[in-house]
Amino acid sequence: MTKVIKILGTGCPKCQSMTGIVKDVVSTNNIDATIEKVEDIMEIMKLDVMTTPALVIDDVITIKGRVPSKDEVLALLN
Amino acid sequence: MFDWAQNIADWFVYDVLNLSKEQHLVGALSFFIYDTTKILILLFVVIFFMGIVNSYFPIDKVKNYLSRNKLFGLEYLMASLFGVVTPFCSCSSVPLFIGFVRGGIPLGVTFSFLITSPLVNEIAIGLFVGLFGLKTTIIYVVSGVLLGTISGIIFQNLKLEGYLTPWVKEVLANAQRDQDIFQVEKYSFKQRLPIIWAEVVKILKGIIPYVLVGIAIGGLMHGYIPEGFFEKYMDEDNLFAVPIATILAIPMYSNASGILPVVQVLVAKGIPLGTAIAFMMGVIGLSLPEAMLLKKVMSVKLITIFFAVVTLCIIISGYLFNIIL
Repeated sequence: MTKVIKILGTGCPKCQSMTGIVKDVVSTNNIDATIEKVEDIMEIMKLDVMTTPALVIDDVITIKGRVPSKDEVLALLN
Repeated sequence: MFDWAQNIADWFVYDVLNLSKEQHLVGALSFFIYDTTKILILLFVVIFFMGIVNSYFPIDKVKNYLSRNKLFGLEYLMASLFGVVTPFCSCSSVPLFIGFVRGGIPLGVTFSFLITSPLVNEIAIGLFVGLFGLKTTIIYVVSGVLLGTISGIIFQNLKLEGYLTPWVKEVLANAQRDQDIFQVEKYSFKQRLPIIWAEVVKILKGIIPYVLVGIAIGGLMHGYIPEGFFEKYMDEDNLFAVPIATILAIPMYSNASGILPVVQVLVAKGIPLGTAIAFMMGVIGLSLPEAMLLKKVMSVKLITIFFAVVTLCIIISGYLFNIIL
């Protein structure tokens, strides 16, 4: 099943670095997933996230307020 | 405590590199190695410690605590104290602000947190201990916490809700002291450690270049500016020194870690500590990019009042320090 990955962040450097890492992990491991960047503050607030960047996989908030490592993202996606 | 670092620096410069003690530049090199070693170790320790605290006490817990407990006036102080142990990236300030407001936390209390958190952060504390010693660090931290507390109380009494942007007013109207279903991360210390470690390394990597450049510039100035040079311009009797220093500091937001080592030399050369602390608070605590981000939730008028109140409090504490110290 295709996983739905959302990256929440208002466009700060940390959010961009998280996006880069997630994209990299998805493409190198051929993971079936869609990546969506959520930059709208209203949307971010709907998910009750107070610290960005945040990583949401299939509607579950997995990481808040920090940039994860590639291994960590891979583990979360499997 | 750091005699050994001085010994290593001396050993490296005089014995390994075999340089002569008489030269000006050689002394500066030894000073540079000593200072860098000491400051990097202190930064590492403080950032690591804060990382552990933060891992067990994340922002969501802070919010739930402040939203749940009626503290009879102490909530400003608590919010300010929480600000010390929970650092946040400036790009999180908007979601944080909304999260607090939505949790029914009064605007003034939210401001207390938003002011202290960047002002008293782990990098500033590490640098302060390394450059100015423990006593000055404690003075800085205590005054930072009080500054956040008092500014928060002032904001609450100014009744500024009307200056929020319309959609935030709506959030405010629907605010409730709700407890978000907060998933407690049930990780063991062993599982947390690699994550904390990675953050520490990332933060250090980001600031090391600035720290090195700052210490190098400071070291050179140390050698070339005569003792007491600034006293005639910036002595304690000069009433304009504190406001000028504070206002000069506002645009210097991005490289506090490079500016602090330079300020330390300026203090050694005769700038009063209160003036210097006001300057450093301005550098660390007032950031223009953060103000721009806040436009999403506040009117320009409110942001201006916010900056004005904090600047004023910084200037007042600068004067106080010059009188007390």
